[in-house]
Amino acid sequence: MEPQYQHLYEMLSQVRGFIYPNEVDLQWGLLIVLYPYITGLVAGAFILASLERVFNVKVLKPTYQLALLTALAFLLVATMPLVSHLGHPFRAYEILMTPHSTSAMAIFGFVYLWYLMVVLLLEIWLDYRRDIVIWSQQTTGFKGRLYKILTLGVKDLSPRTVRWDDKIGYFITVVGIPSAFLLHGYVGFIFGSVKANPWWSTVLMPVIFLFSAMVSGIALVLFIYMVVTWFRRQKIDMAALDSIAKFLFYILILDFTLEGLDQIHRIYEAEESFEILSLLVHGPLFLTLFIFQILLGTLIPLISLGILQLYKPKELTRRIIYFSCSLLVLFGIFFMRWNVVIGGQLFSKSFYGFTDYKLRLAGSEGLLWALVWVILPFLILGFLLWLLPPWKKLEESTS
Amino acid sequence: MPPQLKTLIPLFGAFIVLFLIARHFLVPVSFGELGHYRFNSIAENKEKAMNYAGKDACADCHDDKAAQLKSDVHSGLSCETCHGPGQAHTENPETVKLNKPDQRSFCGNCHSMNASRPKFMVQIELKEHNPDKKCIECHNPHQPWQLKE
Ligand code: HEC
Ligand code: HEC
Ligand code: HEC
Ligand code: HEC
Repeated sequence: MEPQYQHLYEMLSQVRGFIYPNEVDLQWGLLIVLYPYITGLVAGAFILASLERVFNVKVLKPTYQLALLTALAFLLVATMPLVSHLGHPFRAYEILMTPHSTSAMAIFGFVYLWYLMVVLLLEIWLDYRRDIVIWSQQTTGFKGRLYKILTLGVKDLSPRTVRWDDKIGYFITVVGIPSAFLLHGYVGFIFGSVKANPWWSTVLMPVIFLFSAMVSGIALVLFIYMVVTWFRRQKIDMAALDSIAKFLFYILILDFTLEGLDQIHRIYEAEESFEILSLLVHGPLFLTLFIFQILLGTLIPLISLGILQLYKPKELTRRIIYFSCSLLVLFGIFFMRWNVVIGGQLFSKSFYGFTDYKLRLAGSEGLLWALVWVILPFLILGFLLWLLPPWKKLEESTS
Repeated sequence: MPPQLKTLIPLFGAFIVLFLIARHFLVPVSFGELGHYRFNSIAENKEKAMNYAGKDACADCHDDKAAQLKSDVHSGLSCETCHGPGQAHTENPETVKLNKPDQRSFCGNCHSMNASRPKFMVQIELKEHNPDKKCIECHNPHQPWQLKE
């Protein structure tokens, strides 16, 4: 037998049931799990910030800039899992340069650029402009020069101009909310529009992605806020923390309900794909779906945050609960992406069999690469916090 | 006009122009000539060596086998499904030999019992169905129901 056949037949003997040859190898691995996860964190963090700005939720003020900078740090990395998954850096970009209405993937570059350039960078710049001008006058050396560049030459500090900062910034935030919805709804759309795949193809997918994005983004800001204040040895603003947790609780309910609705719909319809999907969730996805995503990632945070809405224990207890909930939620949403991306490729389109996914440690699709893309945004955030510390800003505006 | 916009609008204008220039150079040369694809890719793909010849090509020389295959249940299969890619063989039949898969496990790729296999793929229990002989000692692979015994 030809060697290439030999290999295929060997592989085919290791799958369960009947699957087509092109399904043996699972094409979208861990990096593609990270892609919606990271974009989701961006959209979620941004929506939390917008909440404060547009709906004027004053208690969230201490986390406003932090949420924006978090969104930026993660957005800068958001494309990297995709690009490193594609390989071929000298031609991978071509798809992004030539968009077409029949390819959801190809529009990503424009969705991304819009969000980065028009929404996030502008909003942060307008919000910080006055402070950057002041810092550029007080600081010397490299940092000072950086501030000078960042002013873009607009050094006017008259109240009129500063008021304009605020007005344009407000406008951008208003444009930004639908943009954030677009960004993440779009990522859900990529999966939801694959009509050949019954695990993905549902119109609810963009909505579910959006709400899980908000959940994860809010949890991330909660987590980062607690860590950053702890690092700075400052007293945490309990009112802000309580209300972020309250929002997390509400959105978590919505998210859970929507996902439940989707599944109930699927169970009730019981289309011809139902048997294989039911085998899927009770077999290969059992641990990641029922234990990781639903129990650890949703039910436990939901119940603990729910109890805190009725009964308020000591601050320390609350802080510990918030901290663990934020980590659990981040963990759970990661596995929600996992269940969508990996789960959707585990079963054969013949509905008669399963392939397997084995995570590798090294290699272009391996765990180490993925870790790089998870750690990098935190380093970027560290840099941004050094450059644009929100706390300095706060002190100045109150004094 | 607020001073911010006086700076931002030209800046964005410059960015868009730069982007368009970059795009002009980054889009592959023959893109869009005849449609939403890179036209040169057709020529490039044509240059690739062919591996498969197709069923009709085999029939030119092996009309007997082609006729046999057509007459029985395996008529839906292609020669190269079993014999492997054969383009090189059609060009040099004397030097390039194709494989003749005669092991039991080969037929088992399609015929061994597997509950999730579609029903039209008639299945047997490999371990029980005349286990001591090769399949082709009884079944003619090109005409499975022309039993040799
Ligand atoms: C140009 C004529 C020609 C074409 C086209 C051709 N063959 Fe052959 N084939 C031959 C000849 C001649 C032999 C006998 C060679 C020998 O006996 O050494 C042969 C032998 C074979 C053998 C037996 C090899 C062996 O080791 O006994 C197989 C199997 C075979 N061909 C399959 C195919 C298939 C499949 C195709 C279509 C992809 C094909 N042939 C197309 C001429 C051709
Ligand atoms: C189900 C799989 C299968 C298909 C389909 C198939 N073959 Fe074969 N073929 C075999 C096997 C197995 C042998 C070896 C038979 C043997 O050694 O007695 C063989 C042998 C041959 C031989 C050598 C004959 C000999 O007497 O040595 C030729 C020539 C050949 N096949 C041509 C073809 C052509 C042409 C087609 C398509 C029209 C075709 N085969 C389709 C399985 C197949
Ligand atoms: C690529 C898959 C494939 C391979 C390899 C294959 N077969 Fe088949 N075979 C089929 C299919 C499909 C049918 C049924 C065709 C139909 O009835 O429509 C079939 C039918 C048969 C039947 C008739 C069964 C019945 O009840 O009608 C026999 C006998 C058979 N094959 C023997 C063999 C032998 C012996 C080999 C090995 C030389 C072999 N097959 C290799 C696909 C394959
Ligand atoms: C000793 C001769 C012999 C050998 C060896 C043999 N078969 Fe058969 N096969 C038969 C006979 C006779 C029948 C028809 C009666 C029956 O169903 O047992 C048959 C029937 C079949 C059927 C149809 C079964 C059905 O339920 O309709 C398939 C498929 C088949 N054989 C495939 C194979 C395969 C694959 C091999 C090799 C692994 C093989 N045979 C080896 C003699 C043989």
